[in-house]
Amino acid sequence: MNRHVPPHVAAAEAREADGLGCTDVTPIKQRGQHEVFCGLTSIIWLHRKVQDAFFLIVGSRTCAHLMQSAAGVMIFAEPRFGTAIIDDRDLSGMADMNEELDKVVARLIARRPDIRMLVLVGSCPSEVIKLDLGRAAMKLNERFAPDLRVLSYSGSGIETTFTQGEDNFLQAVIGGTPRAAPDAPRQLLIAGCLADVIEDQFTRIFHGLGIENVHFLPARHAEGVPPIGPNTTVLMAQPYLTETAKMLEKKGARVLTAPFPLGEEGTTAWLRAAADAFDVPADRFAAITDAGRERARKAVSLYRDRLAGKRVFFFPDSQMEPSLARFLSREVDAEILEVGTPYLNKNHMAPDLALLPSSVRLAEGQDVDKQIDRVRADDPDLIICGMGLGNPFEAEGRTTKWSIEFAFTPIQGYEQAGDLAELFARPLGRRDLLQVEV
Amino acid sequence: MQLTVWTYEGPPHVGAMRVATGMKGLHYVLHAPQGDTYADLLFTMIERRKARPPVTYTTFQARDLGSDTAEIFKTACKEAVERFDPQAIIVGASCTAELIQDDPGGLAKTLDLNVPVIPLELPSYQKKENWGASETFFQLVRGLAGGRTPEEKPEGAPKTCNILGPTALGFRHRDDVTEITRLLGTLGVEVNVVAPMGATPHDLTRLPNADFNVVLYPEVAGQAAQWLKRTFGQPIVSTVPMGVNATRQFVREVAELVGADPEPVIAQADERLSWYSLSIDSNYLTGKRVFIFGDATHAIAAARIAEHELGFKVCGLGTYSREFAREVRAAAKEYGIEALITDDHLEVEDAIVAAQPELVLGTQMERHIAKRLRIGCAVISAPVHVQDFPARYSPFMGFEGANVIFDSFVHPLVMGLEEHLLGMFREDFEFNDDAQASHLAALHAGAKHETIEIPEAQTAPDDKTQDVVANGSVAASFGSPSWTDDAELELKKIPFFVRGKARRNTERFAAEQGVNPITIETLYDAKAHYGR
Repeated sequence: MNRHVPPHVAAAEAREADGLGCTDVTPIKQRGQHEVFCGLTSIIWLHRKVQDAFFLIVGSRTCAHLMQSAAGVMIFAEPRFGTAIIDDRDLSGMADMNEELDKVVARLIARRPDIRMLVLVGSCPSEVIKLDLGRAAMKLNERFAPDLRVLSYSGSGIETTFTQGEDNFLQAVIGGTPRAAPDAPRQLLIAGCLADVIEDQFTRIFHGLGIENVHFLPARHAEGVPPIGPNTTVLMAQPYLTETAKMLEKKGARVLTAPFPLGEEGTTAWLRAAADAFDVPADRFAAITDAGRERARKAVSLYRDRLAGKRVFFFPDSQMEPSLARFLSREVDAEILEVGTPYLNKNHMAPDLALLPSSVRLAEGQDVDKQIDRVRADDPDLIICGMGLGNPFEAEGRTTKWSIEFAFTPIQGYEQAGDLAELFARPLGRRDLLQVEV
Repeated sequence: MQLTVWTYEGPPHVGAMRVATGMKGLHYVLHAPQGDTYADLLFTMIERRKARPPVTYTTFQARDLGSDTAEIFKTACKEAVERFDPQAIIVGASCTAELIQDDPGGLAKTLDLNVPVIPLELPSYQKKENWGASETFFQLVRGLAGGRTPEEKPEGAPKTCNILGPTALGFRHRDDVTEITRLLGTLGVEVNVVAPMGATPHDLTRLPNADFNVVLYPEVAGQAAQWLKRTFGQPIVSTVPMGVNATRQFVREVAELVGADPEPVIAQADERLSWYSLSIDSNYLTGKRVFIFGDATHAIAAARIAEHELGFKVCGLGTYSREFAREVRAAAKEYGIEALITDDHLEVEDAIVAAQPELVLGTQMERHIAKRLRIGCAVISAPVHVQDFPARYSPFMGFEGANVIFDSFVHPLVMGLEEHLLGMFREDFEFNDDAQASHLAALHAGAKHETIEIPEAQTAPDDKTQDVVANGSVAASFGSPSWTDDAELELKKIPFFVRGKARRNTERFAAEQGVNPITIETLYDAKAHYGR
């Protein structure tokens, strides 16, 4: 690389030059300590999303402690999740675990009669002792249907990482969904949790495009998922739904591939995939999206100066990392050093990877100590990392952003593009602002 | 199986982490799945530690089960020793790894590591965080100090002690250690080792050199101190110096051990709690009903201070530390109440509602309960929150700790008093909730006019909620005599923080006298009957 070219210009040139971008880059795969949340943590947004569901983790004190540590202040408001803690009596066989679970469920239902969906969530210990929660859910269903629907899935950390918990939950949700009639009208299904406000924005856009029959998965209520079949076109709103997509395809649905709806470019490409599938004319597409695109570009431009040329390192967290990196690279000209992700679905990610420069290092899975070594060697301007790593890096004089914020903040769509840029820009701005040192 | 939304203590391996993270030069290799790494954020976020906890997690996955989880442990252990170069390691399993029975201790022994390996057996399905911390510290002390011979000291050398118990993520441990070290210095006592916090494994080998041990947190260090006493004959200073009287007693106890005169130290103490408590302003603190819940050490101390140093009335006392249930029960007996021993916060909430306190001293959970019930609250115990690591110096122990305690216990009541005074003027044209502060009125003249009709509509339902909540419970008034509208209105004129008590007394009086409905007369008859 020519030394006189500023890095962000070089990155932009490399991006233009190589067309395929990151598509053929072989990711680093190292086996070592993973420093990522387990799938249970996705309950933190799932219980907010499905307003009449209760998530009952069947696990250990560690699971309960994890949830209260990760969910912070939410826990004080009697959230719609809890843990049935397995104890010694259960393990030694002194107590029948299924009876114990029934008792816990009975107590729970008595206290929360408003619940319409009870979700039994498997954990590491419940998986290791092979507690059959599927069977438990079936028996509870027989008892409580139709007032209460009982589902089960595993959010255990030996099988799932953070957002994969949602993947498993959605499979449980659509598992029992009836198949749509052959002559059912065409429908668009948006898969993956989005903030309510974003769902409403997208719904307005789709209606504007003439796509009237739009559903979201998960729905806001237990009974909100429509029958699925060949009439269903699926647009993935989140990148971590590998197994859910497979199951939807098995039910006859067509799953579209598109960049994920982050930033102006991602959102437009994502909407266009749906528009093309529903044969929306180009002029109508422009008429409906132009104003939003313009607003998004303007909002993002406020942060471009702060982010252009900045060298960014992503630790693995939510599987959204390739899309986030694509946004930073394409829309604010940041230079991406490493994109870590817990799992890389090359099919779902293909459109995003194609838009990343081939100079980007991909890393799938984790050996956290070696990854920290690479950070120190790279000396990036901004590190996107987990909550356990943030302050130790800050204490080394490095600038960080908690990756989990991208999972909890509404960032998708045109109206949030500026917020997304701001999330990356804030820590850099703060460093400029402060006249203190450690 | 127990339904839990919130837990006072984490699992026992988190207790072990608190010990390891407090120390230097020690590494913990924990056989655990990836989700367990969340525990790092407790230290880096809540306590804002600048380094990652010295813990390597094996993060085995489902596909490793039944094949090579033991091999994964050995690799992780070997690599951790190479990378971090610790003086010693502790090895153990979290709840999931306990089930697969890989025996981390045995595996680590096969590796021929050139550092001492201390295996931990922490039964996750029986025990909890504090037990884990205590057991870990005990195993470390026994493993590293066992078999040592105390060094001979020259004649006339200053007396030394160890300070035992402070850990990472402890409630005010950082400042307590500073305060007590300083206090011991005024008695001419030098600190040999502070442990676990700040100590290296090598330092633990020097523990037997001290003349005696100070145990600040029996939950963590009681067991290790007993062992040191049995093994090396080191006496234990068992008074926890929290509050003025306990700190004085602590000074006298230490002075006796080292043959010093405690009285000059006590006389020169920079302590204000006593005078502030005696000053006339504090009259309104008299008999304030206080509900206390926390770890055993802090709960027992808070009760003693509340009752004897501030003149409150302890109306509830409890702990989640089952290991210390006996001590808390004995303390509660002194105040004529029964101790609440539970780790279910819903039970604690019910007990608070039933006790109708005017102040709650508890953990972060009780702070939230008190907030819901609109009762003042001060936090006195772990589990900790980012707020429990204030930037300023803020010990709970020693004389400065007593000063801090006066402020933290009394301020929530001052706020309550202010709220009452504002409430008294609620109907006043100038002081109602929606009026601007008078010195800002010029800026908001327009806005004030628009909101003038709202107060009535808004405060009425609000007041009712507050009333029901302050009253304690719907259950309390269930089946009780009804109130005339006039009497209800009169009740509302009583300060909200004693309104619940007034309602309860009046209803009891009415029930006893067979009066129904309750009129203004009944209200004042009851007041005369019971007194304040």
